[in-house]
Amino acid sequence: MRQYFGRKLSIYALTFFIAATIDWLIPRMMPGDPIQSLLARTASGGATITPEGQKALIDYYNGVFGLDKSMPEQFINFWISMLHGDLGRSIFLHGAPVVDAIMAAVPYTLALLIPAILLSWVLGNTAGAIAARRRVLDNTILPIGYVLTATPYMWLGIVLSFLFAYTYKIFPLGGGYGFNLEPSMSLTFVQDLAWHWALPFVSLFLVSFGGWAIGMRNMIIYELESDYSRYLESLGAPQGLIRKYAFRNAMLPQITGLALQLGVIVAGNLVTEVVFQYPGIGQLAFNAIRSEDYFLLQGIFLFIIIGVLLANFIVDVVYVIVDPRTRVGMRGGTA
Amino acid sequence: MSVATKSDVGSQEPTVVGSPVEEVPAGKARGEFLYFAVRSKKFLFSIGVLGILAILAIVGPMLDSSDPLAYNSTPMMGPSADAGYWLGSTLNGQDVFAQFANGLRATFFVGFLGGGIAALVGMTIGFVAGYKGGWVDEMLNMLTNIFLVIPTLAVLLVIASYLPSDMRGVPFEAIFIGLTSWPWAARAIRAQTFSLRNREFIDLARLSGRGGWKIIMQEIAPNMSSYLFLTFILLFGGAILIGASLDFIGLGPHEGYTLGLMMYESINNSALTLGLWWWFIPPGVAITACVGALYVMNVGLDEIFNPKLREL
Repeated sequence: MRQYFGRKLSIYALTFFIAATIDWLIPRMMPGDPIQSLLARTASGGATITPEGQKALIDYYNGVFGLDKSMPEQFINFWISMLHGDLGRSIFLHGAPVVDAIMAAVPYTLALLIPAILLSWVLGNTAGAIAARRRVLDNTILPIGYVLTATPYMWLGIVLSFLFAYTYKIFPLGGGYGFNLEPSMSLTFVQDLAWHWALPFVSLFLVSFGGWAIGMRNMIIYELESDYSRYLESLGAPQGLIRKYAFRNAMLPQITGLALQLGVIVAGNLVTEVVFQYPGIGQLAFNAIRSEDYFLLQGIFLFIIIGVLLANFIVDVVYVIVDPRTRVGMRGGTA
Repeated sequence: MSVATKSDVGSQEPTVVGSPVEEVPAGKARGEFLYFAVRSKKFLFSIGVLGILAILAIVGPMLDSSDPLAYNSTPMMGPSADAGYWLGSTLNGQDVFAQFANGLRATFFVGFLGGGIAALVGMTIGFVAGYKGGWVDEMLNMLTNIFLVIPTLAVLLVIASYLPSDMRGVPFEAIFIGLTSWPWAARAIRAQTFSLRNREFIDLARLSGRGGWKIIMQEIAPNMSSYLFLTFILLFGGAILIGASLDFIGLGPHEGYTLGLMMYESINNSALTLGLWWWFIPPGVAITACVGALYVMNVGLDEIFNPKLREL
């Protein structure tokens, strides 16, 4: 057990190192001088800067971003400050710490992603398992599932927004909460928050739901056609029992599938937030790309990398708990 | 084979559906394929949908030869056949049908080239990892895992900023998607290859002294050709969806026109708040229909190839 997770963890560490290094390269490899663009931003605000003042500002910002050091020094500093929870400064937000910007956006994103991922996985798998080899259900759930899983995330968001916000005005068009409200713990604010959350959540949920339902339906059919199911059937075992075994076996690839699908769902969340102008990580990344704020983008990617690796690790642990064969394999026994 | 790989067996299972390997003589297989293909509703349906879309993608730009980006009509006009603007016009008076037809063509191109490249890379890595085993397998596995987690957007940003603008067209997008979306395919093909490599006919081929690559190409690949084709179909659909997402966040091609760019422009030009539904509905319908048909085809073909799955 310890050996298994030790190996897994070292692979994760190596992956993290490589991914973070690529990430570190972004602001440094991009053409254009980030300090100059920051100064241009300040100047466009109407401030007149004297040449001496500009020199002082350039020196100041070079120090803030650490760009006056050599590349290897910058690389080491990147890791040291990361361990201290410092991801640098944002250009787009006029030199505000990147961590603050990310932390302000994280609750919105997690509030969308976690329920969407878990609910779509549980309900999608249930629906797929029930539908498999039951003609009437299969003929209804299957086509719906195909349409949903083939829908681009942003387009479902656009359509829902067009129907329920533009045409019927049940939900707001976008944003995290109403412009007339201040964040507080009052009931009206929480209600408003939920109102703005509903459409982006539903569009994320539906697309992934379709995928899981289809996947599970196909897996169950494979299991129902396999030798052990046939054998059970010939012994006269009740259908319910055979389906139960089939479900348990079909579950395993779906758990691995969750790890493989994470990147897709995170990307889906990004575009969904853009459609609804939802103030999460996706919208922040979109703004960073548009305003060429590569330090902010670097921080966001780093955050996403850590999140995805963490989720992968959780999936690994769950897999070991759910599938006894992996535990046998770990003890060196033969399954 | 070895205990080390055995402990990993759980996480190596493919998530794609696909037929287990069946050995059928080639001539008989072809006749059987046709027999079941013309009787499979799923297969016929998906071929029909894809056929209509493909014809539209080929003929569409010929029917309406106007430049998709030219401002040549009344702004914000609803769809009208009389005026010659079948899908209306955009906020600034561009022809939506011209955009749609050209975009559909580019979308097929991205799917085909991106999916094709991803399939090639995935197959190469999957075959080699599954056939060689041992440390080659370990290394390729690690590479796959890294590619699965790496923020591809970050890589795209860096590469794209160094390319001259005229090289950042639709082909670049397709190649990029192809080179980054292969990991799950490599895993799935590796697992299939792994299950084949200890069969007797492979041992026999090895005894005959053929090289590893020859055995892979002549013995292993033909025996899982249906599985490989199904993988390609899924990668095709996936490439279309990834391309649309990239376009939508403003990282799309600088030259040429795609369905994803259409959605990007419509949303950024307040099509939603102005209710210009004819601008953003068609591209999404086309992508959904195309990708959905590919997925249905995947399952339909699976049922044709694999007798166990045929519904009686």
